[in-house]
Amino acid sequence: MFDNPAVLKAIFGRLTLDQLPLHEPIVVATFLVVALGGIAVVGAITYFRLWGYLWREWFTSVDHKKIGIMYMALATIMLLRGFADAIMMRLQQSLAFNGSEGYLNAHHYDQIFTAHGVIMIFFVAMPFVTGLMNYVVPLQIGARDVSFPFLNNFSFWMTAGGVVLVMMSLFIGEFAQTGWLAYPPLSGIAYSPNSGVDYYIWALQIAGVGTTLSGINLIATIVKMRAPGMTLMRMPVFTWTSLCTNVLIVAAFPVLTAVLVLLSLDRYVGTNFFTNDFGGSPMMYVNFIWIWGHPEVYILILPVFGVFSEVTSTFAGKRLFGYTSMVYATVVITVLSYLVWLHHFFTMGSGASVNSFFGITTMIISIPTGAKMFNWLFTMYRGRIRFELPMMWTIAFMLTFVIGGMTGVLLAVPPADFILHNSLFLIAHFHNVIIGGVVFGIFAGINFWFPKAFGFKLDDFWGKVSFWFWVIGFYVAFMPLYALGLMGVTRRLRVFEDPSLQIWFVIAAFGAFLILLGIVAFLVQIAVSIRNREKLRDTTGDPWNARTLEWATSSPPPAYNFAFTPVVHDLDAWWDMKENGYKRPLEGFKPIHMPSNTGTGVIIAVLSVATGFGLVWYMWWLAALGFVGILAVAIAHTFNYHRSFNIPAEEVARTEAARTRLLAGQA
Amino acid sequence: MRRFRIFALLPVLFALGGCNFVVLRPSGDIALQQRDLLVVSTLLMLLIIIPVMALTAFFAWKYRQSNKAADYRPDWDHSTQLELVIWAAPLLIIICLGALTWMGTHLLDPYRPLDRLAREQPLTKSEPPLEVEVVALDWKWLFIYPQYGVATVNELAAPLDRAIDFRITSSAVMNSFYIPALAGQIYAMPGMQTKLHAVINKPGTFEGFSANYSGAGFSGMRFAFLGLSNADFDKWIGEAKASGGNLQRADYLELERPSENVPVQRFGSVEPALFSAILNMCVEPGKMCMAEMASIDAQGGLGLEGVNNVLPRALAYDKYTRRGAVFGPEPTFVAGICTIEELEAAKAPSLARIGVPDLSPLTGAGLTPPAYTTIRAPSMSLIDALRPTNS
Repeated sequence: MFDNPAVLKAIFGRLTLDQLPLHEPIVVATFLVVALGGIAVVGAITYFRLWGYLWREWFTSVDHKKIGIMYMALATIMLLRGFADAIMMRLQQSLAFNGSEGYLNAHHYDQIFTAHGVIMIFFVAMPFVTGLMNYVVPLQIGARDVSFPFLNNFSFWMTAGGVVLVMMSLFIGEFAQTGWLAYPPLSGIAYSPNSGVDYYIWALQIAGVGTTLSGINLIATIVKMRAPGMTLMRMPVFTWTSLCTNVLIVAAFPVLTAVLVLLSLDRYVGTNFFTNDFGGSPMMYVNFIWIWGHPEVYILILPVFGVFSEVTSTFAGKRLFGYTSMVYATVVITVLSYLVWLHHFFTMGSGASVNSFFGITTMIISIPTGAKMFNWLFTMYRGRIRFELPMMWTIAFMLTFVIGGMTGVLLAVPPADFILHNSLFLIAHFHNVIIGGVVFGIFAGINFWFPKAFGFKLDDFWGKVSFWFWVIGFYVAFMPLYALGLMGVTRRLRVFEDPSLQIWFVIAAFGAFLILLGIVAFLVQIAVSIRNREKLRDTTGDPWNARTLEWATSSPPPAYNFAFTPVVHDLDAWWDMKENGYKRPLEGFKPIHMPSNTGTGVIIAVLSVATGFGLVWYMWWLAALGFVGILAVAIAHTFNYHRSFNIPAEEVARTEAARTRLLAGQA
Repeated sequence: MRRFRIFALLPVLFALGGCNFVVLRPSGDIALQQRDLLVVSTLLMLLIIIPVMALTAFFAWKYRQSNKAADYRPDWDHSTQLELVIWAAPLLIIICLGALTWMGTHLLDPYRPLDRLAREQPLTKSEPPLEVEVVALDWKWLFIYPQYGVATVNELAAPLDRAIDFRITSSAVMNSFYIPALAGQIYAMPGMQTKLHAVINKPGTFEGFSANYSGAGFSGMRFAFLGLSNADFDKWIGEAKASGGNLQRADYLELERPSENVPVQRFGSVEPALFSAILNMCVEPGKMCMAEMASIDAQGGLGLEGVNNVLPRALAYDKYTRRGAVFGPEPTFVAGICTIEELEAAKAPSLARIGVPDLSPLTGAGLTPPAYTTIRAPSMSLIDALRPTNS
């Protein structure tokens, strides 16, 4: 029966043995390493009998704190994958001179730069910022959880589902060879007939569901669940930037979803939205994808602007300078980020008036951004700055980001863009703002809030090692790319002709190696901190003498966050409470109503991955089964009436008494 | 000895100094003006970037925790004067930069015909611009010289100080046509025409390439751009003519097939309407040209009957396995009614009827918007003109 090709085709679709990249030794070696690592992890979990614990306490958890931590873990793992792609590219580009083809063929290299972009944006930067927002926002507004705790768990698992599909593409079939935004007609069925672009589409669609829902969730949380007294203009700046980010997510991601639906219609049913023939217009795709894509970069940067605001005022020991203008600047950026998308393709031949409109709106965004920079500057002014790790990352950000901002405004001048578009100057620019902004901000945030999440600080020495390798590595890796861009070198090239360029690529590769050391040092930092956790223990819940509500509760916070909902009288609520001799309530606890865990999110995500996999490989039975399964599980979940439980008053009293003892012990 | 160790780095510096910052030292007037705009904008922004960076370092140092002598005011969080400066300083710079951008973008619009050949050297009307039709193929460049009837692959030449009018399209996927020494880039897109006006002022061999990733052979999609004196250019054209090759449609379909790192090729003669056929995506025999389809649609289209007017795609080549969507129809194309020559003949009057934008050079003073003549509804006689006569 199985030697009948029709049967095989019905079962496996277009998946055949020769779709496995067995002819690529690098991929096979990677597969072996990943497989061995995976077996080791699975073996260890089984050996230590952790499956039940993980399932009950983490995978099915609807606690925003645990979900936040899972987002951060997911992003860290994917950072390793995305960075492996980066260092392979740097190596290829520093080798492929003087007639050498380097060590990667076009098929492999083109997948690597596509995967690097997709993974770093969707599966590293996005889960990092979502993780921070998930963890911090409910605590900062004095809430017990997000508005829709189950939805939060589901969103996380859909993001993880996208990750699984991208990782599958490494070993089964291929990933897209189109660049990270998959412009048609190249990404159309005519020029990319294999599974790569389909992996791209379905990974992003599945993860996009998670992102959109988590955006809705956090908006509802911030709007509806703030502690009494916390008016909008008393919200911490990080909560403000999170609110704006999630508004951007909810308004922008549906555009991505829609444009990917149109592209998949072109690829699956032969419509002609973006084809060359029959009236299709690839330019429409480019417009759509950037109407999502430009707000996307603000989705990444706005939350870390919030992180820097919290960090600066905490470590300068001072109220944030110009809170009101900070909030207005954030809102202005939010609105303007929808009016600039065309600056990504000035070279498409729009008229001069259209180009200058979008160039000038882009420049206008730099005004509120500049105002923010000044606000951080004047928060430091007349402060008492403690150079702890989060503050070091912030200073590095302020010095680095302005360079990226300047080159960004430069690229917004259309005639200048004509000579720099798609060059390595552009690559240097956006890494300058994404590493110098988003990544530095995420490290500032991790170092800042880690003691809140785990009850002990991160190791200072390894943190500094990581900091210096990252910062110096960034400059060594990307300043040569600015220079190469001015030499007219374009992006995504696999081999080079001019041998005088090689030295620059070698320097850049060395910089990438320094960043690698920075990443390793970060992992060592976490390992060392876990080993020395007793020495680094923080019993106060407020190790930095900080200002906002999350520091009012214990570290790590109890499942219910706050035994009594705090009442807010001022911006920097916790600082205000400390100043005015706030006393922790020690009795009168009431039972606390909490949401129950559920495995539905995991199950639907697994079914979504199966559906996606079936669609990628034309295994229609699998896709149909998966889709029906999703509907069935979703409907079944509506009949689940065990959605919440009460933490008894005695247990709350016990938890709070333990904290009272801890606080007394350290005093 | 130690202090001299730094000199060990000198060879590296020389190696770096030997690099060719072509974007900063271009050889064409348009690229030069774009470079100037780049430099002026950078200087304008440095006005604010440098103070901010200096202040960051200074404040971080001065207000460090260990400096107990520094002023410490934990509740100071507002100053109207400072806020005014904070918002006004970037605003002023952006106003300057915005004005610069508006003017620069209009004056350096790649679609705008040149009004000067170099600084202090206005355009003379006597010499018509050199016309070059550029086609991005998978993965090489085709250049057609309609005034000379020759074509080349992966080599482009132009005489010094003569305006060049590029008309650019692509055969399959998006590319970007870029010669850094000559002028900024513009996309090459299938079924669409972009334009670029430029001039080369210094002799030499420059590098041109695609600046937009277009698939596996993208890295090899480079060509030499030669800036030649008038005599050398005539010689170059003569050599091309003497090379003999003849680029007809069938040859083009052969050339169009994907190939990588293609050596220079020359064609002594070219089918005159070839570029028009490429642009209208109707080089393949029997396929309807886009211009024809557009004018039929402008008349109201062929209605439901139109869906029958397709032929199965007889591919000249098949890049991979199949080109159709899995649930879609087999690949087809719309059958043509008239030939490209007939279309070309019909185009001239119809264009005149629709009216073209005012292309007179912008002077920079006043910058009046381009005036369009109103579009009159096309009459049925247009489609009659397009129809082949079988008599």
